[in-house]
Amino acid sequence: MLSILLWLPLVFGIVALLVPAARAWVPALAGTALTLVLAAVVAVGFDPGDPGRYAESVSWIPELGISYSLAIDGLSVFLVLLTALAWVPAVAFAASRNAGDGRERLFYFMLLLGETATLGAFLASDLILFVLFFDLMIVPFYFLFGLWGRTRDGATAGGATTKMIIYTLVGSLLMLVAAVAVGFSAEEVSGKPISYSIPELIARGIGESDQYWLFWLFALAFFIKMPLFPFNGWMPDAYRVAPLPALAVFSAVLSKVGAYGFLRVVLPVMPDAAELFQTAILIFAVVSIIYGSAIAFTKIDLRMIIGFSSVAQLGFITLGIFALDETGANGALFQMINHGLVVVPAILIVGLIAERTGSEDLGPMGGLAKNAPIFAVIFLIVTMATLAIPGSPNFIGEFLILNGTFQVSVAIAIVASVGVALAAYYALRMYQRTMQNPLPPGSDSREISLRDALIIVPMVLVLVILAFAPQIVLGETGDAVSAVVEKVGQLG
Amino acid sequence: MTFQPPEIDYWALSPVIALVFGLALTVVLAVAGRLARIAPAAAILSMVVAGGLLIGQWGESKDVIGGTLELDGLSITFSLLILLAGIVAVLFSLGDPAAREAGRPDFLALLLGSVLGMVLLTQANNLVTFFIALELFSIPLYALCGTDLRREDSLESGLKYLIIGSLGSATLLFGMAFVYGASGATGFEQIADGLSSSDLLGDPIILTGVGLVTVGLAFKVSLAPFHQWTPDVYQGAPTAVTAFMAVATKLAGFAVFARFFLTALEPLADEWDVILAAIAAISIVVGNLGAISQDSLKRMLGYSGIAQAGYMVGGIVVASTEGVEALSFYLAAYLALNLGTFAVLVVREQRDGSDDSIESLRGIGRRDRALAWPITIGMLGLIGLPPTVGFLGKLYLITALVDGGWTWLGILIVLGSMASLAYYLRVVGTVWSGETESPGHAPGPSSRLLGLIVGVGIVFAVLSIGFGILPDPLYDFAAQAGEAIGSLPG
Repeated sequence: MLSILLWLPLVFGIVALLVPAARAWVPALAGTALTLVLAAVVAVGFDPGDPGRYAESVSWIPELGISYSLAIDGLSVFLVLLTALAWVPAVAFAASRNAGDGRERLFYFMLLLGETATLGAFLASDLILFVLFFDLMIVPFYFLFGLWGRTRDGATAGGATTKMIIYTLVGSLLMLVAAVAVGFSAEEVSGKPISYSIPELIARGIGESDQYWLFWLFALAFFIKMPLFPFNGWMPDAYRVAPLPALAVFSAVLSKVGAYGFLRVVLPVMPDAAELFQTAILIFAVVSIIYGSAIAFTKIDLRMIIGFSSVAQLGFITLGIFALDETGANGALFQMINHGLVVVPAILIVGLIAERTGSEDLGPMGGLAKNAPIFAVIFLIVTMATLAIPGSPNFIGEFLILNGTFQVSVAIAIVASVGVALAAYYALRMYQRTMQNPLPPGSDSREISLRDALIIVPMVLVLVILAFAPQIVLGETGDAVSAVVEKVGQLG
Repeated sequence: MTFQPPEIDYWALSPVIALVFGLALTVVLAVAGRLARIAPAAAILSMVVAGGLLIGQWGESKDVIGGTLELDGLSITFSLLILLAGIVAVLFSLGDPAAREAGRPDFLALLLGSVLGMVLLTQANNLVTFFIALELFSIPLYALCGTDLRREDSLESGLKYLIIGSLGSATLLFGMAFVYGASGATGFEQIADGLSSSDLLGDPIILTGVGLVTVGLAFKVSLAPFHQWTPDVYQGAPTAVTAFMAVATKLAGFAVFARFFLTALEPLADEWDVILAAIAAISIVVGNLGAISQDSLKRMLGYSGIAQAGYMVGGIVVASTEGVEALSFYLAAYLALNLGTFAVLVVREQRDGSDDSIESLRGIGRRDRALAWPITIGMLGLIGLPPTVGFLGKLYLITALVDGGWTWLGILIVLGSMASLAYYLRVVGTVWSGETESPGHAPGPSSRLLGLIVGVGIVFAVLSIGFGILPDPLYDFAAQAGEAIGSLPG
């Protein structure tokens, strides 16, 4: 079942390579839709009391102890669902704006390969397999950003893309060595033959002195991927050039893989190190929150505002994870879902705004709400969720995170709260400057088309549902998250 | 003491005999007038026959001639890969002006002679056969590099390779003399016995010998700081020859490198592992830094080959069966990735008359997918990205290194891979960007031949992905080499 879910996008991606270019979006959209249905079936059938339900495992490279094993548990189930959900509007948005450059087949193939790789990272329960999918994720996005990305003056985006791939690969290749070292350290501790199965590694544990340096290799990889300050050097350039549909899933889902890696691998396998370096990571997180929020409100480029607000949000998520507290970690996982749900519509709306004003900068904009009440409402909901207004699921997430952080360090929690206030400023400014004020000449206040509404509204609806019923997520994830945190807690 | 003629196992020697016969045939065909046309077929046939015989000997392990040559998993695995590279090189050379210039049968005879030397070198188990085989593969290569007579840099390349290669050979020979002096033996096993029974283990004489042999071999497989010839020779030599050199000399060199260090010098492993690790580290740094600024694809591959050789040495440094397996898997992967890339270069050169600059590849992603994909996969694989076989090759090497307690070298390998992104990705970026310009068509050989070479590139690209997903068949093949060296810890 999980294998079908994992490879389905790639199969449809290959089909997309074989059909005429103008029709390549049909299999792509069908593939992502089917994947979503399948992911929903898995999520509905998921039972937190029986995490081994869908697990599968085949020996892949026996001489190295590497197996192809997939599993789904409370940590991954909603992230898998988020991935499947985020890809549908991205493909649909791309299909509705067919560039007609003759390379659509490659575009959809790469986009769907990206979905398979991302699902693989969430589903893998073998450490090497996880690293493999983590590395693989970057390949399709290199092509998507490099080939279809355009700088403002229309040039291709080689430099920005190379920067992105170098940054992210620095982390993930070092993680490969770290993963191998984890396997050998656990082998030494347990005296049993080598295995990279993550549950097995957790049961065996690794030597304390090994934990201290391996921790940082993993942390570096995940920080770059998220990205947290000061590892975000690749982010502005990449965000500036990326094609919007690819950027939507990249920002919504790929950044979560890094945070997920902490919960999946770092905390349970390296609990001593996690405890020792807790304060250091919390400081990283809080610096990212302040830095991201502060930069976001100095920017006028909509993509930059969303990009830097993501840095701040990922800071919040890291804060929640490293509160090493049940409340905080549950909030962090919940916030990963919320942020993913907010970012996809936000980025696609940037595309709609640019179509109406011819610009992605706040400066010359305004008044778009004039003849477009529905469009304005959709954007307003997204904006409110971004600033985590009470009543939005993001508020619940941030509240839980801060609640958890207060129990560790009041000072850090207070500083982090400043980030919430800053978010209100930049998010509201974004809404005001685009939707309100007089409409400048050259801009066109058009209502959102039915087609675009169909693409964007479903994700906004999910957001609204989660605001009323966060238990849908929190109820299922609670046990798994608590287990991770308790693993660290047992040490104290 | 009476003279005892050595026993010759003709069945074990048969692949070598097939190659000698093929070599003789091509030489005869060179003067046979119109029959010269069948020389390529004869050369390929003799290599196919030799390969078939080697496959027939799969799993065997025995002395060939009184212990001077050893037929075992290591020599069979590496010889098969060398023969594959040889066959592909013949295909590449069919439309190469350099081969026409030199007289095709002559060119092929040189190539076959070099292949013969390499196959012998993988079997060499004695200082004498070691040196003879090394020279047998080197000398034809010096000539091959200079076969593009109209190009000054081809001649320069041949001469440079000759002078530096001879220096390497001389150093190696000098080192061998020390090793012989210390151990009193020429056979690899006997050297090991002699070294462990004598009290010379830490003696400067034997260490000097080991050092000189290391330097000599480092010249041959282009490890830094003995690499200076590599970029010039790669660039100057005809592309078919460069392709052959890039993979086959590494295969042959590393086969004897592994066998000599892990059998004859095994008692000294604690002395030389640090030296080799240092050479690996220098090669990784020098190769990667050198490659970044190159505009010529062949020069870039030359420099990156130095870094890749540095990674490979890791498989010897750990002195374990795992290490040799990883080395042999990595070399097999390297062969597929490189030959796929070179196939593209050969077609570009022979069909479109383009030079080897990276810039000349601009835009082929738009107009020529059949060329763009193999080179893209080749570059991604050489970086070591999944799902290519290059990723698993690095994984095997790193696993062996971490297991053997050489984690820092493993980390250096991935740092090197990161630096390599800068130049490998530049090629990928160039291939897929830019607008179409009409390619200039040079008067070239028949399109059926070019179709075949394009096919070769595609086959290697498919293999690179296929073995990246299902590595077992290739791993089982490579593992033969590791099992051959029995004295090592698991």
